[in-house]
Amino acid sequence: MSREVTNLLYLVTIVTFILALRFLSNPATARRGNQIGAAGMLLAIVVTFLQKSIDSYWEIALGMVVGGTFGLVAARKVRMTAMPQMVALFNGVGGGAAALISLAEFHRLAPEPGGLQADISTAIALSAIIGSISFSGSMVAFAKLQELIRGRPIVFPFQKTVNALLFAAVLAAGIAIAAGSEQQWLMWALLAGASLFGVLFVLPIGGADMPVVISLLNAFTGLAAAATGFELENNVLIVSGMLVGASGTFLTIMMGKAMNRSIANVLFGAFGQIAPSPAAAGASANGGQVRSATTDDVAVMLGYAHKVVFVPGYGMAVAQAQHDVRALADLLESRGVEVSYAIHPVAGRMPGHMNVLLAEANVPYPQLKEMEDANAEFPRTDVALVIGANDVVNPDARNNAGSPIYGMPILNVDNAQAVVVLKRSMNPGFAGIENPLFLNPKTVMLFGDAKDSIEKLAGAVKGL
Amino acid sequence: MSHGLLLTFEITILVLAIFLGFEVISKVPTLLHTPLMSGTNAIHGIVIVGAMLVAGLGDKDTLTTIVGFVAVVLASANVVGGFVVTDRMLEMFKKREKKPDT
Repeated sequence: MSREVTNLLYLVTIVTFILALRFLSNPATARRGNQIGAAGMLLAIVVTFLQKSIDSYWEIALGMVVGGTFGLVAARKVRMTAMPQMVALFNGVGGGAAALISLAEFHRLAPEPGGLQADISTAIALSAIIGSISFSGSMVAFAKLQELIRGRPIVFPFQKTVNALLFAAVLAAGIAIAAGSEQQWLMWALLAGASLFGVLFVLPIGGADMPVVISLLNAFTGLAAAATGFELENNVLIVSGMLVGASGTFLTIMMGKAMNRSIANVLFGAFGQIAPSPAAAGASANGGQVRSATTDDVAVMLGYAHKVVFVPGYGMAVAQAQHDVRALADLLESRGVEVSYAIHPVAGRMPGHMNVLLAEANVPYPQLKEMEDANAEFPRTDVALVIGANDVVNPDARNNAGSPIYGMPILNVDNAQAVVVLKRSMNPGFAGIENPLFLNPKTVMLFGDAKDSIEKLAGAVKGL
Repeated sequence: MSHGLLLTFEITILVLAIFLGFEVISKVPTLLHTPLMSGTNAIHGIVIVGAMLVAGLGDKDTLTTIVGFVAVVLASANVVGGFVVTDRMLEMFKKREKKPDT
């Protein structure tokens, strides 16, 4: 197949990817878009198979069977609540592939004198660094979300200095390679250093900030893929990689805005070490205390309300309670109660996570309210039912300048007539910050597993 | 085409792709941000093309063979896993019109 035909067919693939993203602007067309993108990917793979430079097929075929089977099984088996770590995992392997391509290209081209032109060697260095960081960083993110390692920030003395020095060393190796060094050990050192940096860079980031990290690492893998495109002088890699790079960056910025924190603060703040809240301390000193309610009390509150707003958080996801929440909502609706769901942009472990879970439970999406609309509704809401959410409803974000989340836009559930918080125990949330909402006189707590509590509530509402 | 000219073309499409990326993504509602992330995740699986070009080279030494093979494995997992997970998510968004099944 000639290079011209190849490039034109690759262009078709690029167009399918753009269509896939365009179709994502509407839930009704989104799935078809994804299928179009998959077809485009298949086309690119077939076209690549037909290249003259491809001489040996068995490694490719075997590799595809092994990797493809793993991907298929993992993607089919994963539960919707575990989606963020699955995305992190697939993102990591993509970054790893980009870094390995650079390693192979450097190994192949460097020994020939003049074999490496400056732009190619720069691309090799960039893709190796970014790909390795994305690989190891994503693996740590995966481990944190899968709770293989502690979700809270892991910090040690001189961490920032160590990270900065390590990064400087990696950068120096990268510059040496870009400048034309043909030393193979430099590439190995670069890959090792960048991988270690990826680990150290994600370790101190708290679980609650994982959505931002995954989104950023997604952008990284895209950039690494684009850099590989420069190495191999391949348009489809450059454009597709950069599309992902741009979209990941955009999402990262949006999430930063949703939390009213700079990306630098998310990445380097080691956010979420337990910080005592002065407001909460003050409240308990004033005799403010947690009031816990029984299922029957809450059932009466819900059953005779005019308007109930559900506020789902990651706790709902962990307990797999989304279907029970939907069943309870239906029950309330059949009693004439107006029901909606307030979705905070960073609820869950990735952007839009709650929407996916509620969609899984067949919640009609006009009932899903974004933060601004939801906040406008709270003053005329009888009961706000907070299910496993914590930081996104923490009034300290509004009132307490000393709080680490001060300034983050939150769902103002305390404007509702009454607040019911479903929670396992009084432990602070994933971000490790205390929440004065629980001490508010309007608030009652219903302790226990979310799924269990919701089931019991539904039973009690039926009996009213 | 000279190498320098090719490079300028590559940089041109790179920059255009940045703007295109921002443009297309900004129209995606927050409702679909998880599928968006997962969908773009599948798209960067395009590194499989690079992995194939490396793994498929005719006469290559052991290191390149191993590295190329592993790259194909990783990239294939990215492609298949990415698209399948996204499809599973988006399938659920389609069912929204269904009557409440109580």
